[in-house]
Amino acid sequence: MSEEENTPADDAETEAAVDPAPDHETRYGLVVSDSVGDIVLHSSAADYLEAMVAAHDDGFDQLIDLTAVDYLAYSAPRGLPDGVAAERFEVVTQLINHESGERVRVRVQVSGGDPVAPSLFDLWPGCEALEREVFDMFGIEFADHPDMSRILMPEDWDGHPLRKDYAVGSIPVQFKAASNIR
Amino acid sequence: MTAERVLRRGDDSAVLRLSETEAAEIGNDPGASSDDDRVLLNMGPSHPSTHGVLRLMLEMEGETVLRSKPVVGYLHTGMEKQAEQLSYLQGCTNVTRMDYAAPLFSELAFSLTTEKLLGIEVPDRAVWIRMLMCELNRMSSHLLFMATNGMDLGAVGMMIYGWREREEVLRFFEMVTGLRMNHNYIRPGGVAADLPDGWEEEVERILDITEPRLAEYDILMTGQPIWRERLQGVGVLNTDEALALSATGPLLRSTGYAWDLRRAQPYLAYDDVDFDVLVGTYGDCYDRYAIRLNEIRESMRIVRQILEKMPSGDYRIQDKKVTPPPRVRIDQSMEALIHHFKIFTEGYKVPVGEAYCAVESPRGELGVYIVSDGTSTPYRMHVRGPSFINLQTMPHLMKDGLIADGVAIISSVDPIMGEVDR
Repeated sequence: MSEEENTPADDAETEAAVDPAPDHETRYGLVVSDSVGDIVLHSSAADYLEAMVAAHDDGFDQLIDLTAVDYLAYSAPRGLPDGVAAERFEVVTQLINHESGERVRVRVQVSGGDPVAPSLFDLWPGCEALEREVFDMFGIEFADHPDMSRILMPEDWDGHPLRKDYAVGSIPVQFKAASNIR
Repeated sequence: MTAERVLRRGDDSAVLRLSETEAAEIGNDPGASSDDDRVLLNMGPSHPSTHGVLRLMLEMEGETVLRSKPVVGYLHTGMEKQAEQLSYLQGCTNVTRMDYAAPLFSELAFSLTTEKLLGIEVPDRAVWIRMLMCELNRMSSHLLFMATNGMDLGAVGMMIYGWREREEVLRFFEMVTGLRMNHNYIRPGGVAADLPDGWEEEVERILDITEPRLAEYDILMTGQPIWRERLQGVGVLNTDEALALSATGPLLRSTGYAWDLRRAQPYLAYDDVDFDVLVGTYGDCYDRYAIRLNEIRESMRIVRQILEKMPSGDYRIQDKKVTPPPRVRIDQSMEALIHHFKIFTEGYKVPVGEAYCAVESPRGELGVYIVSDGTSTPYRMHVRGPSFINLQTMPHLMKDGLIADGVAIISSVDPIMGEVDR
């Protein structure tokens, strides 16, 4: 069984949700922290690709998930260890090593002004649709991706819906009793 | 084995990396495709064999598929955005609508992640009820696959049979949760209600009905030469390719790779039950069919063990900050009334942090990633949809096959478009 157990049992005593590892351990050149039992690596957009090549060579044979978070409106502490400069976006990549069962999560800081990150297509081609989804929803471009295009929204759509400055939108509710039914 | 062919980027790739605008331009230009025999063909989004609204762009040479591209998004309703507006209590009503054939798994993954952030442990009985419901749901989901797979391949009678057996399970779900689909039954802290009286007899009845009918499926399909001809050797994928393409579930296991989260990284109480992880040999459509058929049997085996071992006790955690108090307590206690009011108006607050939990859904690894900012709604909720990711294997499975086999391949990947598009 891996360290990331899916029952909340082991986490009951964890007080703070995010605790940076005490000695600032590093792995593939990235700072390691712990988030309620998950191993988290912190990267800048510049170090990302090199570290992922190292992780791939180290036996992480499958990319399980890739998504992003827009921290524009986040007011709580982000749980970043010292030395990691916070940016507006984070690309969150989850890898799994089937041999040892180990999972790691990589949080990549991506600038809001110039949202570009390297694509992982040459390591794990399964990231193709996931990176397209992140591009579609957040407007983060993945350099050297074979087909950087929208996937869920229409091709001519304006804006990136999962950004925090993209309004949720609403439709007027019509009540039976209302006199001004349009 | 090698994953070389899935790493290709150029024209030799199985994936047709062409935008809809470019495809339309080629289609509107009469001289564009006259220099060779290649034709761009559109299939879907409304086509009986595309399981909802999957659209495929196919590059054909005669009846042979050269390159293809699944075009998705027709069911996109912004559920991840919606989740940012809903409290954790309401969250399950949202995620349950994603994979409508296996809704309890999305609820489970969402609840496990929320509980991980809350740092709470649910009572034993809640764990076993969750497991019972999920295994029954796996049965109903695979029975639906049997029905649609049969229908897609011309065994139209099979559609009615698969539906008939699935209906028995759905009737039980209605008895327990009040709804046939979109149950909102598994919630952070436990389940919504205890199992009703007489649930054991009802579950036994389902098992007794289903067992001989699976044997009938074997007669109708498994051993049939026509069925085997139609599926064997069609849509082949090797292990390295499946891993490289992030495929999980029956699609990965069909290549001979025994990876099932229930066994590899057990959650709930899968440690305490016996079952086999089924793998294929050739990674073709027939292996995927056989794995799903036999997974129904393994789920029934698990359900029989749950019937024996179901513990007594609470069906949800007795933490009044997370689960509402029993109705009778509201009349007796001021605090209970306040807790009830707070939970249903404001919701409970979840500690700051981020977490990911995954479960083995009938389609593969279904994971939920939540970022909490300490309020009662998730700051960000992301679902790792197995169908969405498994769909990427489709162009590689269809490459150089006949278009008629394409229908068998779409069916055997078993995408649920509600979860692909979210």
